[in-house]
Amino acid sequence: MGSTNSTLSRIPNVEELMQETGFTPAHIVRLYDRFEALDKEKTGHLRPQDFGAINRLAMNPIGDRIIGSFFSTGQETVDFHSFVRILAHFRPADKNRPKDPSMPQPVNSRTSKLKFAFQLYDQDKDGKISRAELLQVLRSMLEMQVTEEQLESIADRTIQEADLDKDDAISFEEFRKSLEKVNIDHKMSIRFLR
Amino acid sequence: MFFWNWVKYSTSVLSTEKRNASPVLSVVPGTDRLVLPSHSSSAFPSLGSLYTNRGRREGGSMEQEMGELRRYRTQSISRGEFALSDSFYFYRKGLESIVDDQVTQRFSSEELVSWNLLTRTNHNFHYISLRLTVIWGLGVIIRYCVLFPLRITLAIIGLSWLVIGTTLVGFLPNRRVKNWLSELVHLMCYRICARGLSATIQYHNKNNKPQKGGICVANHTSPIDIVILANDGCYAMVGQSHSGLMGVIQRSMVRSCPHVWFERSEMRDRHAVTSRLRAHVAAKSNLPILIFPEGTCINNTSVMMFKKGSFEIGGTIYPVAIKYDPRFGDAFWNSAKYNMVSYLLRMMTSWAIVVNVWYLPPMTRQEGEDATKFANRVKSAIAHQGGLLDMAWDGSLKRDKVKEEFKEQQQKMYSSMVVGKKARNSQEPHTESTRR
Repeated sequence: MGSTNSTLSRIPNVEELMQETGFTPAHIVRLYDRFEALDKEKTGHLRPQDFGAINRLAMNPIGDRIIGSFFSTGQETVDFHSFVRILAHFRPADKNRPKDPSMPQPVNSRTSKLKFAFQLYDQDKDGKISRAELLQVLRSMLEMQVTEEQLESIADRTIQEADLDKDDAISFEEFRKSLEKVNIDHKMSIRFLR
Repeated sequence: MFFWNWVKYSTSVLSTEKRNASPVLSVVPGTDRLVLPSHSSSAFPSLGSLYTNRGRREGGSMEQEMGELRRYRTQSISRGEFALSDSFYFYRKGLESIVDDQVTQRFSSEELVSWNLLTRTNHNFHYISLRLTVIWGLGVIIRYCVLFPLRITLAIIGLSWLVIGTTLVGFLPNRRVKNWLSELVHLMCYRICARGLSATIQYHNKNNKPQKGGICVANHTSPIDIVILANDGCYAMVGQSHSGLMGVIQRSMVRSCPHVWFERSEMRDRHAVTSRLRAHVAAKSNLPILIFPEGTCINNTSVMMFKKGSFEIGGTIYPVAIKYDPRFGDAFWNSAKYNMVSYLLRMMTSWAIVVNVWYLPPMTRQEGEDATKFANRVKSAIAHQGGLLDMAWDGSLKRDKVKEEFKEQQQKMYSSMVVGKKARNSQEPHTESTRR
């Protein structure tokens, strides 16, 4: 098995990674083991098929989108660093972090989590969730259980509620506003990554 | 001898927790709900998995979690409606499963709550103190230089005696004497092999031991299960015929008493397999067959779905629950990670293999009960006795992918919250009944 130190030494730039993401060495090792377990062919990269092998994920209605969020546009593989960076978004927020506006937001702050969730909807990354994009997400979550008309009416209603400047799309600010009261830290954190 | 007594002493001192009346947790597939029976109170000491503990603490079913996400909205949930935050639930579940998931977890060794001085079981090993390192170092020396050579010698003696003894017995013509001698030889060899692994086995409820003409069914953790069970009685083994050393052993075993070895091509024909086993069981003087219906090795924290094929043969089923004590050595064979030889090496350099075997009262298929239901009934009994999680997931998920039906189930659950009951009109429930 090996000690933490020997595993850590195999990962390049691990200090930088820990700094950036706030993960402890034990977490990094755990994630690295998981990365290696998913990377069945030992290429050092993960491809969408490797994620597809996870049963729970295959059964998730928006599983494909989640997999897609790991791969930035145009890329076909994700290496360990990107893997950890994405997962860092779901780390529970540090309670005692001093609020320093001059420092960049840490990757697991409320705003960053919201931004990440926004990207789930906004696939073409134009900064707005259009009606078509919203329909797409709805379709994957509901698939054959509702009719097309029902889907459209749900999408219309949602945009109506959230869209404040009436441009028929939801911008990030509007998204953030409509989710003001949701406890993002609780709902978008994975507990055992603490 | 001395080592033997030490192992026995330490097991009795350390195992103060009662394992017999353990609560049963069952997981409802397709959701994340863990269902606890109302009388359960004690925690699971051997379940070091963080995922299960988290599941119990938060206990979020889809309805519950969605309800919480939508609490800030003024409309009630019963009206149904989509909320932008609904996707958070799926998003989080998806990422959790990327980091760790229930099924894949079963195919890797159990995490221990406290370290047992074997580096192989410690995932977060870092330097704690000089004293501990020295003790660990001593442990390594004892295990590799003292225990291991002794065990190897015993194992070699045991296996060679098995081959020689059964071949000799095979020459005898007389029926009764032959059976008696072959039982003797088999028992002796398995006992020597068990000593070669430093296995301390405790059998419970010996009055329920499998009888001739029956089928013995057990949960599968490693190939050593065979040695463990055969220490107390003779079974007819079922399996694929191999070549090489295994083949030699198999062929000599068959000479003294009938085992059922299949060629690889025969294995695929389920009908042929079933009829051959049925023929074996029908001859009442044959030894009970030993079958592991999970089909693959699981890490001894849970019991996965039983394949119904073994339960269609008919006859009486004698369920047996096998539980290894993880503190002395990790008996799980991760066939993806280790081959047989390195696995045996690891076994022989652990502290010991401590096992509890429970013989459960015999079960038969009831009127109107189909093979799947019967299999599940037997599985629950075994899980309950052994203190293991009763999971409905298929062991073959180790290699195959999950069916589309599970995804549809999730979608169905979600849609009933968004659009209400009137949405569930056109989809027939046929997807659920075809689940094998």
